[in-house]
Amino acid sequence: MTDLAATDPLPKPKRDLAPILLPVALALLMIPLIGSTSSWLTLTVASLAMGMMIFIMASGLTLVFGLMDVLNFGHGAFIAVGAYVATLVLAPFAASIQADSLLANLAVLAPAALLSMAVSGALGLVVERVLILPVYGQHLKQILMTTGGLIVAEQTLYALWGPQIIPMPLPASLRGSFILGDVAIAKYRVLAMLIGLGIFIAIQLVLNRSKLGLLIRAGVENREMVEALGYRIRRLFLGVFMTGSALAGLGGVMWALYREQVHASMSDDLTVLIFIVVIIGGLGSIGGCFIGAILVAMVANYGGFLVPKLALVSNILLMVAILMWRPRGLYAVTSR
Amino acid sequence: MTDLLKLSGVHTHIGRYHILQGIDLAVPEGQVTMLLGRNGAGKTTTLRTIMGLWQASKGEISLAGQRIESLATPDIARLGVGYVPESMAVFSDLTVKENLVLAARDAPLDEKQLDWIFGFFPALRRFWLSRAGSLSGGQKQMLSIARAIVEPRKLLLIDEPTKGLAPAIVMALIECLKEIKRKGATILLVEQNFFAARELGDNVLVMDNGTIVHRGEMAALAADVPLQERLLGLSLETHQ
Repeated sequence: MTDLAATDPLPKPKRDLAPILLPVALALLMIPLIGSTSSWLTLTVASLAMGMMIFIMASGLTLVFGLMDVLNFGHGAFIAVGAYVATLVLAPFAASIQADSLLANLAVLAPAALLSMAVSGALGLVVERVLILPVYGQHLKQILMTTGGLIVAEQTLYALWGPQIIPMPLPASLRGSFILGDVAIAKYRVLAMLIGLGIFIAIQLVLNRSKLGLLIRAGVENREMVEALGYRIRRLFLGVFMTGSALAGLGGVMWALYREQVHASMSDDLTVLIFIVVIIGGLGSIGGCFIGAILVAMVANYGGFLVPKLALVSNILLMVAILMWRPRGLYAVTSR
Repeated sequence: MTDLLKLSGVHTHIGRYHILQGIDLAVPEGQVTMLLGRNGAGKTTTLRTIMGLWQASKGEISLAGQRIESLATPDIARLGVGYVPESMAVFSDLTVKENLVLAARDAPLDEKQLDWIFGFFPALRRFWLSRAGSLSGGQKQMLSIARAIVEPRKLLLIDEPTKGLAPAIVMALIECLKEIKRKGATILLVEQNFFAARELGDNVLVMDNGTIVHRGEMAALAADVPLQERLLGLSLETHQ
């Protein structure tokens, strides 16, 4: 037993900084390889914006993975549903979207995003109760059920909206770029970065400064012990699942605006990236998910610029490299 | 002395295995009841069944006269049952403070109770803001016990607290558990360390193959070496 006086100063918690430094090191390493500072800055901003959007979509999934040990292969459905629901609001108010007024744009965009989150969250409630509740603890069945759910969701979207790609133009005030010297930074990318950062800070505040957050972090690590302390973790599961689904819906709206189009299978490619982010970040780790999303986006952007032929496999290589360095991800939370 | 906890004819199945095969036991209020037995006898399963972590397939479990065998684990915990599992199960990603804040449930941490706990476990004060995952095995065990006593509990279920710990830490834990006992706590304690069992126990239950094969006073078992050898396969002398 360490027998120390009560008045001894308390040690500060140690911080694992290596994963945080990784994207910084990668970005700095790219400066000489890319050559042009303006191209490097454009690619870096694009990476950060893309990373933030992927983080928003992946953050819910990592908590669902970590807390509930659920392999939700249908997470992409919430992304697509979120994007489609936004069109319901944006289409009738196309004039406001195209008005050259930030306030007018946001007056339509904000309710569209909120409605998307509400519908995706409600869909999350249904999915958890109907598809996942009967198969808790059975990974193979979870994969089958959630993949089946994704197919049903995609086909329902096709049936309701048709197979065509639906345009989703950026609001007028978010078009164009900020010009800094010879560098152009797209306005929408800045907004995406700010929203992503805001959500990251909000999640971190909830996880680290509230009792609810403590319960989620503890539940990710040991559900049984949380119950033995007197907490009903099933309710927590449901809340986290719905929040994760709602965030995926928001991510869907942001991604659709980024690509300026909506399609029922828009999440197919994203789902692979999201799973890579969740795995390399460490199951259940929001910090790991945040850094993982930035890394994945950086590798996609820098890799696409430098070695386009490797673009498809670059993120798989990233995942292999990270897992060789840290087999349970950048920040291991669970023992899985 | 009234019985705080009673098990009558409790059976537990885990998958196709029939682990508890009709357990009858009583834990008197304000006393420490030792649950001894060889590995695989069913001791941990008994605690987990009481806690609702595994459902009893048959039989009755009552706490202070209230039937609890069909209650969910959180409800049993909220009736005042503290559980210290064999694995300790501290939340590694949380600080020592955060582990105790969760254990206190709805109430704020009681400073007086904390000072009392720090009296036994000064390391917890020292590492108050450190991640529990960075603690040593002994310190994790201290945290696990502190979590169970940070609020007054009617009953403590403690599973092999001395397992794998250095002798000096075992002695400190025994002193702590003695102090908890002096405060009138009711404890059902699973232990393989016979020395610790003799120091702490008022009563003893010995399990084998999912049933209780002996019940009586701890002092009587401690004094009867042939009985120890017959029931446990080891005598107190070999543990010292």
